Amino acid sequence: MFRSAFRASTSISLAARRTAASRRTALSPGLQLARRYLSDDAKQKIQQAVESTPVVVFMKGTPDLPQCGFSRAVVQVLDLHGVSPEKMKTYNVLEDSELRTSIKEFSDWPTVPQVYINGEFVGGCDIILGMHQSGELENMLEKAEVIPKIESDSPPQSSSS
Amino acid sequence: MASNDASTGSGPVETAIREKLTTLLQPIELTITNDSWQHRHHAPMRAQGGGSGETHFSVQVVSDTFQGKNTLQRHRMIHSALSDEFAQGLHALSLKAKTPEEVQST
Repeated sequence: MFRSAFRASTSISLAARRTAASRRTALSPGLQLARRYLSDDAKQKIQQAVESTPVVVFMKGTPDLPQCGFSRAVVQVLDLHGVSPEKMKTYNVLEDSELRTSIKEFSDWPTVPQVYINGEFVGGCDIILGMHQSGELENMLEKAEVIPKIESDSPPQSSSS
Repeated sequence: MASNDASTGSGPVETAIREKLTTLLQPIELTITNDSWQHRHHAPMRAQGGGSGETHFSVQVVSDTFQGKNTLQRHRMIHSALSDEFAQGLHALSLKAKTPEEVQST
């Protein structure tokens, strides 16, 4: 699924390269060692994947049949905010062992699930749930134009700008 | 392996997490819970025969070192400190990382 979706990979943007480079500088020795296994090819494919759809989730299983409670929680929260299927793409890392290892290095994040919004890494399950509770996730999804803004019914802490 | 008692004793991974986070963060509060038993039946753990009994942890930590850092940065600090553990089979880490001020305000 992952591989076939990526066959058409071509180039990555300069901005994306810069983000990847700045990420690399902040790594611990252990992760630097691991990073050697991430090929440029794999990196490009993932970069394209995270930029191809507004919301991208790397998870265990599928939204209909999640294989892990953390992945299920993330998908449920996104669903609860009304993220439509055409704005979200999920990749099942259990179906692709190469993706499973490379995504951890790409994001510099050791666990799955991982959520990207508009090409930016947002976080894993804890962060998504935390942002959901604080109202931050809704704001972010609105800003990213993934879900429509609801003017009258905004969360209490948001300003009326 | 047999020396790990999931209900009371701390296994080597939990001990390592505690030591490394204590050194890195000098926490005011550090609670580590081993949730591995809840995940014995999920697919990746089944593949390893139920896992080592030290695969899933929850960590609640309060530290001044989180000052001025967002959640993502706080989690990355902790992940970096535990990169060896992740490389050796630590599978999931649920984190609550707060500053003393944030704890008081809730």
